[in-house]
Amino acid sequence: MIRIDHAVKTFDGGTQAVHALRDVSLHVEKGDIYGIVGFSGAGKSTLLRLVNGLETPDSGSVVVAGEDLSKLSHRELLTLRRKIGMVFQQFNLLEGKTVRHNVSIPLQLAGVPKKEIEQRVREVLRFVELEDKENAYVSQLSGGQKQRVGIARALATSPDILLCDEATSALDPQTTESILLLLKKVNREMGVTILLITHQMQVIQMICNKVAVMEYGKIAEEGSVLSVFGTPREEVTRRFVRTVINDQIPEKFLSVVRSETRNQQVELLKFIGDSVKEPLIANLCRMEGLEVNILGATIQEMQGSVMSVFILQLIGDDEKIRLAEEKIDGAGALRERMAVGA
Amino acid sequence: MTETFETRFKEIFGIKWPKLLESLGQTVYMLGWALLIGAVIGLFLALLLVLCRKGGLKQNRVIYAIVNFYVNIVRSMPFIITLVFVFPLTRLIVGKTYGSTAMLVPLVIYISPYMARLIENSLLEVSPGVIEAAQAMGATTFQIIIRFLLPEALSSIVLAMTTGTVGLLGATAMAGYVGGGGVGDLALTYGYQRYNFPLLILTIVILVIFVQLLQLLGNRISGRLRKHR
Ligand SMILES: Nc1ncnc2c1ncn2[C@@H]1O[C@H](COP(=O)(O)OP(=O)(O)OP(=O)(O)O)[C@@H](O)[C@H]1O
Ligand SMILES: [Mg+2]
Repeated sequence: MIRIDHAVKTFDGGTQAVHALRDVSLHVEKGDIYGIVGFSGAGKSTLLRLVNGLETPDSGSVVVAGEDLSKLSHRELLTLRRKIGMVFQQFNLLEGKTVRHNVSIPLQLAGVPKKEIEQRVREVLRFVELEDKENAYVSQLSGGQKQRVGIARALATSPDILLCDEATSALDPQTTESILLLLKKVNREMGVTILLITHQMQVIQMICNKVAVMEYGKIAEEGSVLSVFGTPREEVTRRFVRTVINDQIPEKFLSVVRSETRNQQVELLKFIGDSVKEPLIANLCRMEGLEVNILGATIQEMQGSVMSVFILQLIGDDEKIRLAEEKIDGAGALRERMAVGA
Repeated sequence: MTETFETRFKEIFGIKWPKLLESLGQTVYMLGWALLIGAVIGLFLALLLVLCRKGGLKQNRVIYAIVNFYVNIVRSMPFIITLVFVFPLTRLIVGKTYGSTAMLVPLVIYISPYMARLIENSLLEVSPGVIEAAQAMGATTFQIIIRFLLPEALSSIVLAMTTGTVGLLGATAMAGYVGGGGVGDLALTYGYQRYNFPLLILTIVILVIFVQLLQLLGNRISGRLRKHR
């Protein structure tokens, strides 16, 4: 659906060039909810804007729905944009106009007959659950309602792709959740492929099936949400994953662990889905000559699956710890040793 | 009754009542036409400035530099200098260099760059995000101007034009003195030069009321356009 290959984009930032994108490749399949996460200035917006041609790469190619953007005339590009909706952090609505006016604009631009516009506007407003606000002025709406209008406007022309640039970053957690559920509904019921940007890992966790982590104009890591959350390789990814899944030993326990004089090893365990059938922890506890303390445990839901994380303190001689590790690995859990420092 | 009013008027202000009306008419004539033509040209120049500026929708350094330079030059000239300077052009267009119609030429030349700057500021106030959304919808540049830029800036443009109109009123007074008639001419020729103090006061009062009414009207219209924000 979206295929970006080796995109490079450098901005003239006055005194020195800003390398917004350095050789970025991204493939989004039809039906994906693809999330891009990264810190401020990583180049996320620039990457997103390549997709509808608001930004053109210095080199590299952008192919959307089979069309190579660099080969399109300006007219053709404008037509293609009607098949790509865009939703913004600051909503970017006409504040002084009614909800209906805002949602009908893209249809008017596309030259849709008046009768059909009315009908379509009502349809999309019903979809975003704002049919009773048709005649309200945007300035009278709450942030969450405004974003629903923004989504309705983006959906008016029945696009195949929806681009969301920090669509929930201006909203409170509860509203964020309702908007994310709406996006999921857009994806499922309308079959719209969604490419979204966020700096909140919770957003990715809640609705995305794939994720790319961006840093310094590059994609540091990408893959299915489960694999990236389960086995993050890059430091930046770990930092993001840590914001939703606590894999640190709680400060309070750290001193207890450090003051332990017996031989010990702290282990980080991750269970994805129901991959682990046996009662692993119970079995570990039953091992002779091994003491098991649970230092931390969290359970996260994502992609219709469950990921649980345990931090275990194993106390016993080296041989016992090795046996325990074998047991853990044999059970199908992801495991890594944790350093506790002095 | 009318008889006595007119004689009393002549006694106090030293001019006939119809003369005042005629002057008022000339002021309104100059103000109205110069405003209309000046605003259209000003809007056009403002759009060129906003579209061609760095990061604008149709970035074009050459056009921007030319328009910007022109606007700055004309704006830095006092009106009275512009007035005299464009006499040849006035003669070419109108055929003479006196009378209210002839004065429209320097007035328009004077006010349009001023309007351009004011309107440019109004247009730049429009949220870049709204323009970005318009682009993302596949709007053409023309559609962006007509459906997003101008409607969003309209309320602010009205206020800007009100400011411009007040400035223009001052210029019509000067133009009137040089040969255009109007209230300003009345004040200077009949009031000042003939030491007719009451007439001077009367014209000042009229001008003040004029400005107040203009501002009131401008605020009203602008407020109505801005109602739902
Ligand atoms: N039009 C532009 N001109 C100059 N520099 C730009 C332009 N657009 C973006 N940049 C620069 O490119 C870099 C990447 O910007 P981008 O907006 O893509 O980051 P981002 O990941 O979306 O960040 P944020 O989370 O803050 O939105 C930044 O350093 C930014 O300053
Ligand atoms: Mg951004």
